[in-house]
Amino acid sequence: MTVTNTPNGFNLNDAGRRVVVDPVTRIEGHMRCEVNIDDDNIIRNAISSGTMWRGLEVILKGRDPRDAWAFVQRICGVCTGTHALTSVRAVEDALKITIPENANSIRNLMQLSLQVQDHLVHFYHLHALDWVNPVNALKADPVATSALQQSISPHNPKSSPGYFRDTQNRLLKFVESGQLGPFKNGYWTNPAYLLPPEADLMAVTHYLEALDFQKDIMKIRTVFGGKDPHPNWLVGGVPCAINIDGVGANGAINMERLNLVSSIIDRTIAFIDQVYIPDLLAIAGFYKGWMYGGGISGQSLLSYGDIPDKANDYSASNLLMPRGAIINGDLTKVHEVDLTDPEQIKEFIPHSWYKYPDESLGLHPWDGVTEPNYKLGPNTKGDRTHIKELDEAAKYSWIKAPRWRGHAMEVGPLARYVIGYAQGNKEITEQINFVLKTLDVPVTALFSTLGRTAARGLEAQWAAGKMRYFMDKMIANIKSGDLATANVAKWDPETWPSSVKGVGFTEAPRGALGHWLKIENTKIANYQCVVPTTWNGSPRDEQGNIGAFEAALMNTKVERPEEPVEILRTLHSFDPCLACSTHIISPDGTELTQVKVR
Amino acid sequence: MNILLLGIGNVLWADEGFGVRVIERLQKSYRFPDGVNVMDGGTQGVYLVEHVQAADALVVFDAIDYGLSPGTLKRIENRDVPNFLGAKKMSLHQTGFQEVLAMAQMLGSYPRHLLLIGVQPEELDDYGGSLRPTVKAQIQPAIDMALAYLQAFGISAETTDTDGDLADPVLNIQRYELERPSAEQACRIGDERVLQAEGLAVRPPQPAGQPTLQVDVDYRGKY
Repeated sequence: MTVTNTPNGFNLNDAGRRVVVDPVTRIEGHMRCEVNIDDDNIIRNAISSGTMWRGLEVILKGRDPRDAWAFVQRICGVCTGTHALTSVRAVEDALKITIPENANSIRNLMQLSLQVQDHLVHFYHLHALDWVNPVNALKADPVATSALQQSISPHNPKSSPGYFRDTQNRLLKFVESGQLGPFKNGYWTNPAYLLPPEADLMAVTHYLEALDFQKDIMKIRTVFGGKDPHPNWLVGGVPCAINIDGVGANGAINMERLNLVSSIIDRTIAFIDQVYIPDLLAIAGFYKGWMYGGGISGQSLLSYGDIPDKANDYSASNLLMPRGAIINGDLTKVHEVDLTDPEQIKEFIPHSWYKYPDESLGLHPWDGVTEPNYKLGPNTKGDRTHIKELDEAAKYSWIKAPRWRGHAMEVGPLARYVIGYAQGNKEITEQINFVLKTLDVPVTALFSTLGRTAARGLEAQWAAGKMRYFMDKMIANIKSGDLATANVAKWDPETWPSSVKGVGFTEAPRGALGHWLKIENTKIANYQCVVPTTWNGSPRDEQGNIGAFEAALMNTKVERPEEPVEILRTLHSFDPCLACSTHIISPDGTELTQVKVR
Repeated sequence: MNILLLGIGNVLWADEGFGVRVIERLQKSYRFPDGVNVMDGGTQGVYLVEHVQAADALVVFDAIDYGLSPGTLKRIENRDVPNFLGAKKMSLHQTGFQEVLAMAQMLGSYPRHLLLIGVQPEELDDYGGSLRPTVKAQIQPAIDMALAYLQAFGISAETTDTDGDLADPVLNIQRYELERPSAEQACRIGDERVLQAEGLAVRPPQPAGQPTLQVDVDYRGKY
């Protein structure tokens, strides 16, 4: 038995029974988590491990930096566009390329549309089933469901008893056909589910509505990116021309397409206001007593910021999505963040399966090294290919441990919202105050799993509003005669210096994303990504600080350890995506399908 | 009648890119009549639902591990497709695509005709690598299989000598292979080094203490 007090304030005790969850599902990528629970089923020790190996430099070294976006958007199936945007920004930073105003507006529209779509899909299709019980929905009275719907969202036209009865019949038919699909094998008898059947039916109905609706949002990226999935990007701007009087599908953006985008933005705003936010508040109302999962969100938060108002200005004051760092729980001071400062962001590996020349030191991403070193600690249980229990005193994850000035940080919607709140951002403060007032909870309620989920919904609402802002801004700019969408002055590699480095950043839906690259003799010499789930899913560091996932699981009561819905609930609230934070490895190197390490 | 020819997979993981490379060849060398959509679905999941819903007939190209010899093509139709995709999960997009099919069904529009053309991969753990020759050699047979299937719907394609526009020219297979960094330049045997790492000593399971509770929460399996 070991009892440890971590520098970031958690008391770890590994005496109790070990529960292993592997793989954690409904996320992108492969992740394992282990916890120790005490006699009262309360989590007293937590370990988060990425079970795949990564190494983006393996594919990008020596390639044309103008192509990097196409590779990085193939890393995974979720934040494709965000990686591409981060990549073109990194190249532009290195080569000092500026982009036209229209390109900035279009990129923001694409990025915001991704935020909205990703948040919506996360809430309804990846996270809702941690709170909503679709089997229970079959017991609901459609008349009572209709009354509930009308009480929480009076302007939502789809609220008749017949509408909910239809959904219930559809659900029943689906369940009876044996095609339970995404609803299969949930813990549907677990007492952790607290919604009455009517709320369950309402939420399941919106699960289907949201599935139908998210397809529309994607059309925004199809218009500007030329195609979807995998839209086109361009170093120096955007790859679409503007020809406002053009007709037909000649590839240029014309008035007809702008009108299409505009109408989708209006419908997006309405959907979030009338469906997403009311559902969020209604569901949260039933779970107000479940205030677990805060972890380090009340202490250490980081955001790089995003959505530049004017083109080419990446300073904090020009970024509409807030930027900064909060440490030691001091909300009165938001620290400035500089991605180029070698003293700020460093990656550590004492508990990660990598090798550094000196493992007590961290490395800034520009000096990043990714050399695998798969060693298991002496207290590992199991064998080489089937790990039963990891030894967290040794190396135990394929995720590195990034730290900001030595602090483990949480990134993502909650980090952005608390930072915005601490900075006195008017829109964010109003949204947060509205939620706190509606639910009648104190501001400290934000620092929880539910707070994380709420911040994501509020941010979707904010992002939809900002899409309207950039749409109007771009149309005004076009009307003033500016049709430029790309700057190709430095397209020719002959114009480039022989050795440069750059950094690009965005706020991906799940948190701060940075790409650091070096270009030598017109080719990529080094490329390092620090992705949001590297921050949140990080293992312990040299000092023993636990990461955001690990911290968030601490002190949570698990009703039924064999059905750890509480663990999933908290991990899902981060919207983890491991496809780019780690990469696949088969532990014995032979079995193609072996992705679990058990 | 709407027909969707859809390739799924990740081009960055060697034979995992089979489906996408089939689409590339189709875009380059074939012309289809209106109503036939040729799409590189990449690693996308839920974002493909719309396109699946809109199709009366759907042909999916993918790399699937069904335990046969590398390069073997397998043809699966209609109701067997979702079961097959869930039987042996090789990569994220397969569970994703199985769920895409279930979601399309829940939303009430599902292709009346569904064909999955899968190839048995030889190598996946080669990040940044391309198709192995045995798998690459199956691109044309997979296309021929799909074209024969489309004949039943009265659809035929024309071949063309002039290269068509590729959806993602930056990733076209020649450049992708030609411009790959050398092994010296960008160490690509990370996995191997992992497997050869020293000190991989694991203590045998310890009898003392309470037993570990293993929970498999991967509910997205077979259905």
